[in-house]
Amino acid sequence: MKKVLAKEEYCMGCRLCEVYCATAHSKSKSIIKTFKSEGGKALSAIVFEEKGVLSFALQCRHCEDAPCVQACLTGAMYKDKNGVVLHNKEKCVGCWMCIMVCPFGVIKPDLKNKKVASKCDLCLEREKPSCVEHCPNEALVVVEVNK
Amino acid sequence: MKYLIIGYSTAAVSAIKAIRSIDKENEIVVFTDEDRLYSRPLISYYLAGKVSEDKMNFVEDDFDKKYNLNVYYSTKVVGLDIKNKIVATDKKQEFKYDKLLITSGGVPIVPPIKGLENNIEGIFTFTKLLDAKKLLDYITKNRIENAVILGGGLIGMKSAEGLLARSIKFYIIDIADRLLANTFDNIASEYLEKKLEEHNCKFIKSNTIVEVIAENNRLTSVKLKDSSEIKTNLLIIAVGVRPNIDFIKDSGIKINKGILVDEHMRTNIEDVFAAGDVVESKNSILEENSVIAIWPTAAQQGKVAGLNMAGDNKIYEGLYPMNSVEILGIPSISFGITNIKENDPKYKVLIRREENLYKKIVLKDNKIVGIILLGNIERAGIFKLLIDKKVDVKNFEEELLKDDFGFLVLPKDFRKHLVVGEGVEI
Repeated sequence: MKKVLAKEEYCMGCRLCEVYCATAHSKSKSIIKTFKSEGGKALSAIVFEEKGVLSFALQCRHCEDAPCVQACLTGAMYKDKNGVVLHNKEKCVGCWMCIMVCPFGVIKPDLKNKKVASKCDLCLEREKPSCVEHCPNEALVVVEVNK
Repeated sequence: MKYLIIGYSTAAVSAIKAIRSIDKENEIVVFTDEDRLYSRPLISYYLAGKVSEDKMNFVEDDFDKKYNLNVYYSTKVVGLDIKNKIVATDKKQEFKYDKLLITSGGVPIVPPIKGLENNIEGIFTFTKLLDAKKLLDYITKNRIENAVILGGGLIGMKSAEGLLARSIKFYIIDIADRLLANTFDNIASEYLEKKLEEHNCKFIKSNTIVEVIAENNRLTSVKLKDSSEIKTNLLIIAVGVRPNIDFIKDSGIKINKGILVDEHMRTNIEDVFAAGDVVESKNSILEENSVIAIWPTAAQQGKVAGLNMAGDNKIYEGLYPMNSVEILGIPSISFGITNIKENDPKYKVLIRREENLYKKIVLKDNKIVGIILLGNIERAGIFKLLIDKKVDVKNFEEELLKDDFGFLVLPKDFRKHLVVGEGVEI
C-alpha cells in the first residue's frame, strides 16, 4: 500500500502541506473559500512540528496493526481492504480511545462536536495525496510499502 | 481442528479476526449469554441518548457470516471438562473443542449492602445493554431527577456522563478519596469535582453505602457509612467488575483474581487460552499481575490469543491502567501510576497546573510510568508510546509538559525509525 514518508532534512517549514490538506478535504476545494467562507481556519489532517531549524509534517501512518482501530468502541475507525485506516464520523461518539492509543499523536479531536476531527485518508480519490503533491521540496514523498 | 470461544465481545472479535487471518477453514463456535453482538462501553452513550440501540454494533452486521462463525446466542456455558475437552451449555448441549478461548468478561461487583437482598425497585448495575434499557425505562417512567451513583471509577463516571445528558443530578460516592482512583490523583479529581458541583452534583469521598431503604419495595433513600442519609429513588451500583469465572471454578484452570495467563495468553491447561476482562496478566509497569478491564486491552489480548491458537507465536507485551473520560466538557486521558506519595524518593514528578489544564508526569529511573492529561488530550498516545517503549526521557524532560511537545524532541534515531522507516511499524 501507499505510505507518506516525511524527510525532515528537506522540510523548509512552509506548511503548505497543511493548507493543501485542508483544501483537498473542503467542500469547495478552493484555498480561499476553504480558509475564509467555509467557516474560518480549516483543520488539516497533518500535525506540523517545528523546533529551531528542524521541522516536519506528520500524518496517519496507517499502521499495519493499527491501535486506533483496535481501541475504537464503535467501529468508526476501520481499515479498508487496502489497509488504509479510515474514519466514519457517523459512528464516532468521541470517546477518544484512538487519541489515547495513537503512538504518533496524529488524530485530532473535535471537542465541541465530540467527533474525531481529522485523520489522514491518504486522499484516496486523488492520484497522489494532496500534501505530497504540493510539497515544494519533496520533504513528503509517497512510497509503496509491501503490507 | 475446532475452535470454541466463550463470550462474544471485543476480545472474542479480535481473536476471531486473528484466527481467520491464518485459518480460513476450520470451524469456530462462539457462545454468548447475550442475544446480540454490541459494544458494551456504548451503553453510557445509549443512556445519554447519543446512540440508538440499532447503532451499537462495532463490527459489520454480517460479521458472523463473513467470518464463517457458528454463534450460539443467549447460551450460557455452565461447565468445562478439560480432560475430555468438552464445554457444556445451559441448553444441555455438549461441544468438543481442540482449542478453547475464554473471553467471558466481567460481572458487576455488588458490595454487601443491607436491604439489597429484598430486590428493591430502583437499584441497577450498569455493564450490559439490558441494564441500560431497564435503567432508562425506570428513569422515564418515574421521571427521575436525582440519583446516587456508588463508585467513582470508569463505570461510575461513564454512567454519570449518561445521567448528566439527561439533566439528572446525582451524588457520586466512592470509598477512595478521589474520582477515577486507578489513574487519577487528588488534584485531577478536584478539577472534575469542581465541574460536577457547578452542575449541582457532588462527589462524596471516602464513604460508602451501608443500607438501602425502601417504601412499597421502591428505593427511597440510601444510608452511608458515616450514618448520613440521602433521599433518592435511583441507585446505580458502579463499583467495577470482577472476572466472570464462577463457571470454571472447579475446572482445573488456574485462577487468582482472574484467569492466570502467560505472555501467549495461554492458561495453565493445554489448548485453553483466555483474554479480556476475565484474565489476570502481566502489568508491564508494576512487573506484577493485574486485572484491568478495559476495551483496548481486551482487543489486544484477544488478537494475541487468536493468533497463537491458530499456530502463530505472538507475545502480549503486558497491560497497565489507562482511561479516557470526558465529563462536562473536560476531557482527560491518564495512564499508569499517577498517585505518588509526596517525597517518595523512587519517583520524580513533573506538574503543570493551570485553571483549565492539568498535566502530571511520573518518572521512575528517567522513564515515564504514569501520566495525567486533563483539559488538553492532544497527542496523548505519544506518551503511551514512551511508556511502552520504556524510552529514557532525561535529555528532554523539560519538554514533556509543553504545548508543542511532539516527535521533534524525541531522540533522533527513535523518531526517524518511527516516522521515516520503511516498514513504519511501531
